[in-house]
Parts: sequence; structure tokens; C-alpha cells
Amino acid sequence: MSQKTAVVVEGLCVRFGSREVLPDLSVSIPEGRIVGLIGPSGSGKTTLVKTVIGTNRFQAGTVTVFGRRVPSLEAMNEIGYMAQNDALYEDLSAWENLIFFGSIYGIRRRDLLKRAEELLDFVGLADDRKGTVRNFSGGMKRRLSLAIALVNRPRLLILDEPTVGVDPVLRRKFWDEFESLKENGCTILVTTHVMDEASRCDRILLLREGKLLADGTLAELLEQTETGNVEDAFLKLSGVDAAEKGAV
Amino acid sequence: MRCLKIAGRVVRQVVKDRRTLALLFLAPMIVIFLLDVVLTSKVGKPRVMAVGLPADLQTAVGQEAEVTVSSDLSYAMEQLKKQETDAVLMYSKPNVTVSVEGTQGSVTASVKKAVAAAVGRYSKDTASKEAEEQMQSQKEKILRQLQDQLRALQKPGKAESSTSPALSAPETKLSLSMTGVQYSYLFGSDDMTAFDSIAPLMMGFFIFFFVFLIAGVAFLRERISGTLERLLATPVRRFDIVFGYFLGFGVFVFLQTLLIEFYMVGVLHIALKGSFLLLMAVNLLLAAGSLSLGTLLSAFARNELQLFQFIPLVIVPQILFCGLFSLRGAPEWTVILSKIFPLTYAADALQNVALRGFGLESVWQDLLILFGYMLLFLVLNTLVLKKYRKI
Repeated sequence: MSQKTAVVVEGLCVRFGSREVLPDLSVSIPEGRIVGLIGPSGSGKTTLVKTVIGTNRFQAGTVTVFGRRVPSLEAMNEIGYMAQNDALYEDLSAWENLIFFGSIYGIRRRDLLKRAEELLDFVGLADDRKGTVRNFSGGMKRRLSLAIALVNRPRLLILDEPTVGVDPVLRRKFWDEFESLKENGCTILVTTHVMDEASRCDRILLLREGKLLADGTLAELLEQTETGNVEDAFLKLSGVDAAEKGAV
Repeated sequence: MRCLKIAGRVVRQVVKDRRTLALLFLAPMIVIFLLDVVLTSKVGKPRVMAVGLPADLQTAVGQEAEVTVSSDLSYAMEQLKKQETDAVLMYSKPNVTVSVEGTQGSVTASVKKAVAAAVGRYSKDTASKEAEEQMQSQKEKILRQLQDQLRALQKPGKAESSTSPALSAPETKLSLSMTGVQYSYLFGSDDMTAFDSIAPLMMGFFIFFFVFLIAGVAFLRERISGTLERLLATPVRRFDIVFGYFLGFGVFVFLQTLLIEFYMVGVLHIALKGSFLLLMAVNLLLAAGSLSLGTLLSAFARNELQLFQFIPLVIVPQILFCGLFSLRGAPEWTVILSKIFPLTYAADALQNVALRGFGLESVWQDLLILFGYMLLFLVLNTLVLKKYRKI
């Protein structure tokens, strides 16, 4: 079975002023997989993710999403994005936020209302749909952000640290949903700090200082590094001594 | 139409944000009301102390000011120093010396006005008295001459020899002394207060200022909260965002402008010679320009404080140079600078419509320029968003 690719990044260079965040990155993401992007803060995860979406300018290289050169409004139509910080309208209710973003994607009113109901149900906010987002807890905001990311039934779901501030029960629920989305053919690119989440990814990309240290399945990664878990593998690849382990 | 969706959301947000609503509608009312109270209150009759004024002059001054008579000059000056009196009038032939405290322009001006009026009245009275006396003496002279002639006619024989000198009109010099000045107003009137003359400018300025602040802060908040970036991750065009914001806030700006104008014209009764609707058109275009300028400048601020730092740079010079103060004697560059500011054109149009009653034919250029500024700022803002997304 030939593997289609969702995202192709070639020779990508992103600079902020004189700082090279991503010096020269090439990577491809296959369709219908959950790909975990792992690395310490400041490694360029968010920059890469934003570049793939098209909201970040880059200096060199090409980024393609479903065959379309980024930035592309058509590509954006097929991407769902959950940002690291909850980009929500605090003055509005959960329902209003969801409907607004849905309408921006140009979803028809009737479909949108149905979709919004389903999504609020799914993230467990059905009872709080009229509640103002300002009064929501951190976890509730994360759930609403996820619902918004799914409103346009994306083919590519980009999640930037989706489980920060989410309790273990909900975290598991999130990952169950990611897997069921994958079953339906959705490609998921997820950044995370949490190493055990990496074990649920089909592929792992290890990023450090803008360079790709490893790209493969969990098994391949462990074999390559002769370690027992993702954390150790990451530390070994980063060249960090065991004594400095706690720093990651 | 995605811009309409964004506009709808902005409207919903503002409606739910009570503070912003209050700032939009109440703050301008309060400030304008206070300004009205301050500027329409008159200083009233000045209090003066008269030291050795001629009685006639003192009476004249008494009609223009509250006079206290004193014979002690040093005491009077002491009172002036304590601001118990506004001026000391002292007569030393042939001049009247007026001493004032001098730090408060409005008080000094009212003293000057009162003294000028009193002196004018005094000299008018004196002059007319002189003229009357002159007239009287001439009447008597003519009467006497006529009586002489009558007597001469009654003596026959002597009549021919008389060359009747009396009939050659007596050479009289009626000196025409100027007794007063009358002003005629091309526009405006005698009882126009300071508030009346700057009211149209103030109206424009408040609309400009409050719209700028609120639009700027709101767009900035969208930027800081990350929702702008989130929005740019959807297939929305940059211009849709800018224009959506413009439309959404436009609803409130429209209402605010309407309210300010109704308040100033209907409640405070500022002078309005021209058309209410034309004045509205000027205000709305100004507000639209300010709205687009506020959102544009918020792109160059990282937080609210930085946005407020634009006030002395962008707002204050516009107020100073828009026509509130005459630039006639100011250096050339201020005039050139004033030509760059949108508020200058609005101020010009507002004054022409409100105070001079001009119509569209004289302000259409100002309106066109304001419209141009609005478009310019909208386009620039769309370009600035390229910082986030190339398309």
C-alpha cells in the first residue's frame, strides 16, 4: 500500500531576527497517522507547526500540505488547529465561540448547529455551552479549543501541546479521540512535552535546537538508542548526561 | 461574507463588555458636559478699586464693574496682591492707570473689557455733552443775529445800507468726535461663548479620540489573546478581518457619533448654522478614519500601555494643529504638519458647517480627504497583517 503524505517540508529555514529557529529542516508526514513532535521548549516545535499551517513566515524552503504550497487558504480549510494558548473570545460563550469559528470556515448554518452540538457533547461542555469562557477553568478552555479545532472536520489536525493543564482522565479521553479520528483517515501532528504520550504516536519526530534528531516509530527509536523508554532515548540523542536527566 | 461574521462577533463582544460600552457612550457625554460648564461660565463683573477717579468716570466704571472707592493706593495694591480685588484704577491726569494681578488671562481680559467700555462710555458722554453745549451756543448766536436784523429792519432808511451780514451763515465748526464702535458679524454673534466657537472642534476631537482608543484596544486585545493568530489559521482573508472589525465597531461608532452630536446640538445647544445631516456626515467620516487608524496603530503596540503612548505622538499634535489654535503666527512647518493630519480637515469642515452654515459645496473636499484617509488606513492595516501571514 503506497503511503500518501499529508505534509512535506523541504529545506525549511525560519529566522526571527538574527536567530535561526529552524536552520534547515526537511521532514514528511504520512497521511492517516498520529505523528508526535517532541522536544524541549525553544526547540522550534511551535514554529514548525505554525509554519505548516501558514501563519508563520519563512525565509527559505517549501512546505506543502495535501499537495498545496503553504501558505494556502485552501490548505487552511482542511487544517484544524489547537493553539498552545487558548485563543478564545473570553467575552463570548462556549457556543458562540464554536459557532463563530465554524462560520468562518463557511460551514452551512444547519450543518454547523448540528456539528456544534456534537462537539460540545464530545468535549463534555454541553451543560456549559451558555457559560462565558472567561469563567471557564483551564481544562474547560482546552476542551473548547479542541472542539473548535475539529469544527471544520479537518483532514490534518495540528495540536500544539493539547494536554497541558488537562487532568489524566480527560487526557486519556483526548487520546482516545485522536485515535478514533485517525481511524477515520485524519492525520494528526501533535507536539508534546509528555513522554508517555509519545508512546501513543505512530511516529515520533525528535526536535532539538531546530534540528531533527530522530524520525521513526517508537520501536525504531528505542532500538537505535538502546534505551527502554522515550525519555531516555531523547536524552541519549540529545547527548545529555544521565545526571542532567531532571532538566528535561 | 466572512467579514460580516467577524463584524457580528465584534458586536456581540462589545455588547457583553459593559465597560467598553460605558466608555463608548458615557465618557464622551461626561467630558463634553464638564467642558460646557467650564467654558460657558462667565467671569462676571470684575471687582475694581478706584483711587481718585473723576466722578463721571467713576460712574461710568460703576456700570461695568463692582467699584470700591479707596483713597489709599498702597492699601488698594495690597488688596490686589491678595486677589481680593481684580484691578486698581488710579487717575493721574490725563491718564487712568489700571493695575491688575495679571496671572489669570480671563480675569485680566474682563478687566480690560470693562475699563475699555467704561472709558468709551465716559468719553461718549463727555463728547455728546460738549456737542450739545456747542449746539446750544450756536442756536443762541443765530437767534441773537436774527433779532438784530429784525431790529434793523424796523428802522427804515437804514435798511439798504445794511449788507445783511447776518444772512451769511455763521462759520461754525462742528467737530465730529467719534463716540463709539459698532461691530458687525459676518458669522457668529456677539453672545457667542468660548464653548460655542470650539464646540464643533471638540465634537470632532472627542469622536476621534474615543473611537481611536476603543478600536485600538480591542484590536490589540485580539492580537495579545492570540485569537488574531488563531483566526489567521482559518481560510479568512486579511482584509476580511480588518474590514470585519471596521464594520463591527462601525455600528457602535455610528451610534456614538449620533449620540454626541444630538447631545451637543440638542441638549447643550451649541451653535449650528448649517445642516445637521452634513455635520453628521463629517463626524461619521472622521470616526471611520479614527477607527481604522486605531486598529492600524495597535499593530505597533505590544500592550495597552504602548498603545496609549501613541496619544502624545499621534493625537495631541492633531488637536494642537487642527485649528483650535490659530497657526497664523506659528512656524511654517506646523502648517505643513497640520495638512497631514486628518483631524485638520474634519475640524475645517465641522467649523464651516456648524459656525458658518456652509453647505456640501464648500466641504466636499474635506469629506473626500477623510474618506481617503479611511481607505488608506484600512489598506495599510491589511498589509501590516502580512507580518503574520503572507496571503
